[in-house]
Amino acid sequence: MPVTKRDDRVRVMTGNEACAEAALAAGLKFFAGYPITPSSEIAEELSTKLPASGGKFIQMEDEISAMGAIIGASLAGAKSMTATSGPGFSLKQENIGYACITEVPCVIVNVMRGGPSTGLPTMPAQSDVMQARWGTHGDHPIIVLCPQSVAETIDLTVRAFSLTEKFRIPVILLMDETVGHISEKIRLPKYEELEIYERHKPTVPPEEYLPYRHTDNDIPEMATFGSGYRFHVTGLCHDETGFPTNNPVEIEKQMLRLNRKLERYRDEIIEVETAGDEDAEIGVFAYGSTARSAKRAMLMAQEKGIKTCFLRPRTMWPFPDLEVRAMGEKVRSIIVPEMNLGQIAHEVEWAVAGQAEVIKVNKISGEPISPPEILAAIEKAVK
Amino acid sequence: MESFDYSPYLREKKFPLIWCAGCGHGIVMKAILRAIDRVGWDRDDMVMVSGIGCSSRMPGYVDFNTLHTTHGRAIPFATGVKMANPDLHVIVITGDGDATAIGGNHYIHAARRNIDLTVVLLNNSIYGMTGGQVSPTTPKGKRASTAPFGNFEASFNISGLAEAAGASFVARGTAYGAVQLSKYIEKALLKKGLSVVEAISPCPTVFGRRNAMRSPVEMYEDIHENSVSVKKAGTMTADDLEDKIITGVLTDIEKPEYTTEYKKLIATLGGSS
Repeated sequence: MPVTKRDDRVRVMTGNEACAEAALAAGLKFFAGYPITPSSEIAEELSTKLPASGGKFIQMEDEISAMGAIIGASLAGAKSMTATSGPGFSLKQENIGYACITEVPCVIVNVMRGGPSTGLPTMPAQSDVMQARWGTHGDHPIIVLCPQSVAETIDLTVRAFSLTEKFRIPVILLMDETVGHISEKIRLPKYEELEIYERHKPTVPPEEYLPYRHTDNDIPEMATFGSGYRFHVTGLCHDETGFPTNNPVEIEKQMLRLNRKLERYRDEIIEVETAGDEDAEIGVFAYGSTARSAKRAMLMAQEKGIKTCFLRPRTMWPFPDLEVRAMGEKVRSIIVPEMNLGQIAHEVEWAVAGQAEVIKVNKISGEPISPPEILAAIEKAVK
Repeated sequence: MESFDYSPYLREKKFPLIWCAGCGHGIVMKAILRAIDRVGWDRDDMVMVSGIGCSSRMPGYVDFNTLHTTHGRAIPFATGVKMANPDLHVIVITGDGDATAIGGNHYIHAARRNIDLTVVLLNNSIYGMTGGQVSPTTPKGKRASTAPFGNFEASFNISGLAEAAGASFVARGTAYGAVQLSKYIEKALLKKGLSVVEAISPCPTVFGRRNAMRSPVEMYEDIHENSVSVKKAGTMTADDLEDKIITGVLTDIEKPEYTTEYKKLIATLGGSS
């Protein structure tokens, strides 16, 4: 038998462990969290690994303070992250809105479990996809990434840091319990080859610095507390100087710029995976761990001679409406399996605008959706 | 202090202040600035963090790195700033409602952790900004817009709360005794650990006028007449001390500070920050 060289980048790990590993690779320097199932392993991993790499970990007194602490740390220059699940995610919403309006980079991991309320702490669900987009009050930009596997958790965690630092928009890594707890064999990336984006800092002298300047690219430069640029940060509507304003013109200008970042950089932010037949009759749209069942179902349908295609958002928000629309123009029906009562199916319906029938396959029992369940919906649709 | 020049520390373009005539908060702000001046810290190294409420508008007026956060959450944001860069001097400005109602959990845990923050808590016994609702420190029997028949809840001893929770320095001063207050703040700034200075600050506009103290002068005199030094308080009975404001340094102890201990942990693990 030939002797194969040992690959020292091969590991078996869970999605939660992978998230912690990748966050460190992306340059995480500060983590604040609060224990909650099924995300606690991320905090546990980082409580060991962060101080060993010169970073800081703190277990705060609650979810709200963990979210506040990462915003403070980010303003002081540290790449920052917190991790939580359903009830904790609800508690963090006000401060997530603060990070949105003040444009402070940070990564929030939500390992979804069943809800509402205490719900199903140890069982999978995808019931926070709308909360991830609209959980905090007011019009705001937010980026939500949705991994389907342990390997992809590595990629998307690193990407979450790049996107938040680049665009100054908080990024939510929306995992589900299955992705968080499944153990898979993966091959770690070569960290030195990862594309890591650092925040853009001001180059003007401090007296000329405008923390919320209307730049050509809509992304103001971000100074660090303690770097000689003394500036004001507030959750009140503010003008270019960062100070509160009641001037309707200034308010609208800032709010439009804030929200415009998502539309303007849509193509750079949105990533989808597509597969299947070009001339498909039936499309399947699925995300997170459910997408793995959905892809399997597509293959099973193809074996039965049903032309099927598949679309999976790696970026959930901003919603890949153009990509979904393109699928809708092609197929007769789109099957949308999700572990909730159809939160994203409505978004798919809006995107296809009547060009294809949208068929929901939902489960909220705490069990994953199996490939045969999705296949059954495909077969029914094709009849 | 007669000729003290505040202008290097102020963002005078942001004047006039939001605070009402007769409010004690401007006096407390000046006491803080004089204390910072005596300590001699560079403005670039100072961070002032606040929550929501009248007192929490202070960071807008001072020329430091300033952070006006969400209601009750100044201490968590400040904790993040301090941990990310322990070389920064972090002052938290908060009020009785902000720190001990909605933010009560953070207040006690920061004290337990003994992280090096200086918390100046401006206690005016009322929610001023929202129009005079009852707060955790509204004295029993006093009226508020949401206690129209008089408050019948017990009020918090918020300095005592910080002491019990483990703060390494706690003092109470008043806007009437501004010189002493500034001295307590100076000690608090220099203390390595969680320090709290409770500053009793009168609110004639929404507290006084509901409680037969319309005139600011009356309110300041009331504070003065009811203030008892911590030394004198030691000779008085609990009954005599009812409704009195005990002023002075209440706690000053040495204990391990959080970010210093964390730095040691990193060194032990061979990490470098």
